[in-house]
Amino acid sequence: MTVVAPRPRARPAARPASPPTRLPFRIGGLGAAIPGGRLTNADLAARVDTSDSWIVERTGIRERRVVGAGQATSDLAAAAAFAALADAGVGPDAIDALLVATCTPDMPLPSTASFVARTLGVRCAALDLTAACAGWVYGLVTAAGLLVSGVSSSTLLVGAEVLSQWMDPTDRTTLPLFGDGAAAAVLVAGEGPTGPGLVAWDLGVDPDACDLLTVPAGGSRRPATADTVAAGDHYMKMQGREVFRRAVRTVESSCQTVLHDAGVPASAVALFVPHQANARIVDAILPRIGLTAAQTMVNIDRYGNTSAASIPLALCEAAAAGRLAEGDLVLLAGFGAGMTWGTALLRWGYTGSGPASPRSLPA
Amino acid sequence: MDRSAAFDQLREAAVEVLHVDASAVTEDARFKEDLDADSLALIEFVMALEERFDITVPEEELDGVTKVGQALDLVMAKLPASA
Repeated sequence: MTVVAPRPRARPAARPASPPTRLPFRIGGLGAAIPGGRLTNADLAARVDTSDSWIVERTGIRERRVVGAGQATSDLAAAAAFAALADAGVGPDAIDALLVATCTPDMPLPSTASFVARTLGVRCAALDLTAACAGWVYGLVTAAGLLVSGVSSSTLLVGAEVLSQWMDPTDRTTLPLFGDGAAAAVLVAGEGPTGPGLVAWDLGVDPDACDLLTVPAGGSRRPATADTVAAGDHYMKMQGREVFRRAVRTVESSCQTVLHDAGVPASAVALFVPHQANARIVDAILPRIGLTAAQTMVNIDRYGNTSAASIPLALCEAAAAGRLAEGDLVLLAGFGAGMTWGTALLRWGYTGSGPASPRSLPA
Repeated sequence: MDRSAAFDQLREAAVEVLHVDASAVTEDARFKEDLDADSLALIEFVMALEERFDITVPEEELDGVTKVGQALDLVMAKLPASA
C-alpha cells in the first residue's frame, strides 16, 4: 500500500485539491430527536455496583437518554424525520425512499419504516436496514447508490434506536453503555465528480465475530419462551474486551483503506465522526490513524452508545455547532455487532437552513 | 530475542500507550497501582505488544496479569525460540 505523505492541514480560502466524488449527493436537511428521559451515572450507581467516576473513566459517558412508556423507535425516528424535512424546507411528499437504519424495531413485524411512513403520511419505498452500529453508514452508501442510479431522487435516511429495552438491569458491564435516540438526513441527487457526496467507502463484516455481541432469544434461532425470558436471553450479551480490540483494529484498518482509496492523508480530514461506542475506543484509534481530538466529534458524554443513531446524531450536532463547511472532507466510521464495519469519506455539501439541536420528546 | 531486548521493546510500548515515564516501567511495576493502567489500558497495551512482537495474545490470557514482568513472561513464551 502506498503511503500518502502527510501535508500540513490548512484552512484555505480557495477549494483545496481534492479527490473526485464517486457517488454524488447533497444533504438537504438534518434533524435529530431524543427521548426526554435521562439516566445519569448517579442513577446507575444507585442500581448496580458502579460509580460515576468509574463510568466516566472507562467510557466517557455521563448520561444517556431513555424512552418512557409509550415511546418506541418509530416515534423517535418520525420526530427526527420531521426535523430533517423541516430543515430541508420540504414536506414528506418530497421523499421517494425511506430507509430506517435500526436494530431495535418497534416490533419484529412490520418494519419500523412502516410505522414511520404512517406517521409521515407517505407511501414510498420504505425499509429497515440492520447493520448494528455500522447501520447508518451502510444506509448512506446504499442511499447514495439509489440516488446515483435514479432509483430515488430524494431519500430520507434515518438512524433510530431504543437500546434501553435490551439492557439487563443487573449487568453493570452493559447497563451504562447504551442509550436511545434518532437522527435523520434528507439526501438528494448530487452534481457530479467535483460536487458533494461519497468520495470513498469501505463496508464489511467479520463473521468470525458473530457471537461477541448478541441478543440471543426472540428470533428464529431461539424463539421467545417463558424460559428464555426467565434466563434473561432477551437482553444484550457482550464480550467487551474482545469487542474493544476488534473495534480499534477494524476501524483503524478500514479508515486507512478509505483514506488510501481517496488518496488523502488524515490531515486533510476536516471532521472525523466515529460511532460513539466508547470514548476510550476513539482515544485508542486516533493516534493509529493520525487524527487529532480537535478533528473529532464526540458527544457520547450526553447520549451513550445509540448504535445506528450515533453517527447522524453526532453529525447533526456538529453541523448545528458550525463545525462543517462546504467542501469539507468528513470521515464517518461505524463498527458493530456482526461484527460489521462501515467507513465513508464524504465531501460535505449541505443546503439545509441550519439543523436545530436534537428535539427532546417528553414521555 | 533475549529477555532484555524484549523488555526494551515492551517498555517503549508502555511509554507510548500508557503515557508513563520509562523509569516507571520495571518488571515489578503493577499496572493498576503503579502505572495507573485500568483494564482497557491493559488491553491497548497488549495490542501494542501483539503488533510489536508479531504475536497473538487471546484475551483470556490477560487474566491474572497484574505486573509488567508477567506481561514480559507472556511475550517471551510466544516468541520463537532462538536457533
